[in-house]
Amino acid sequence: MFFFLALMILVFSVLTVTSRKILRAAVYLLFVLISTAGIYFLLEYTFLAAVQLTVYAGGIVVLIIFSILLTSHISERTVVAGWKQGILSALATGAGALFTLLTIYRFTFTPASAPANPSTVTDVGTALVSTTRDGFALPFEVVSVLLLAAMIGAIIVARRENDNKTENKQN
Amino acid sequence: MTEGIPLYYFLVVSTLMFFIGIFGFLTRKNLITMLMSIELILNSVNINFVVFNKYLYPQNLQGHFFSLIVIAVAAAEAAVGIAIIINIYRNFRSIEVDRVDQMKN
Repeated sequence: MFFFLALMILVFSVLTVTSRKILRAAVYLLFVLISTAGIYFLLEYTFLAAVQLTVYAGGIVVLIIFSILLTSHISERTVVAGWKQGILSALATGAGALFTLLTIYRFTFTPASAPANPSTVTDVGTALVSTTRDGFALPFEVVSVLLLAAMIGAIIVARRENDNKTENKQN
Repeated sequence: MTEGIPLYYFLVVSTLMFFIGIFGFLTRKNLITMLMSIELILNSVNINFVVFNKYLYPQNLQGHFFSLIVIAVAAAEAAVGIAIIINIYRNFRSIEVDRVDQMKN
């Protein structure tokens, strides 16, 4: 099962960054995100997998598809970089990937011997809002303020700028 | 469910996914596809956090919560980024990076 998910992730990642049709690239990205949720299920972090499915697959990809439909024609083929830039980018990223893989290969990780903490939805929810030593109430609050600020900022940025002018005319 | 699968396999997958995302960021010319490459990069980092949590420190949940927070930040980033892209499209009638050469028109 892991190898199937890993193959899905790699193939659809490559398709996402190479597909000439932008809407197809968005759908390939959706497959990558769903496979990632599958890996979280495999690791038995079910709450995280559910969040991944709802926020990423349900929220961000839908947002991206809407913005694609707003800004370009479906049949339009995207402009990609010239072959020279493509080859240089492939060389740079290939070298980076090789270096990172070598570093990972030469490092020996010592697997933990401690028993695993249960990570059911109840445990996750309790830890998320508890203020004790193992609680995560502060990052939770910081992220909620960040989300609020981002939503207000997105609304203000995307609003039409000539709203004020029409209001002034009416006055 | 992950017996017999070493930690290295997950790290290889996330490393390759990370560099595929960087390759897309370098070669794409469309703002939305560049945003999609950034989502790939964030996702591969999330896999790393979760796998380290599961294999090396299973008694804690730090990596799990870090991934949750990264997902929330990614959602905020996508919302603001797409708002900016739509604003750019309104001004330039295009979202190709080559044609967007002014901050204000």
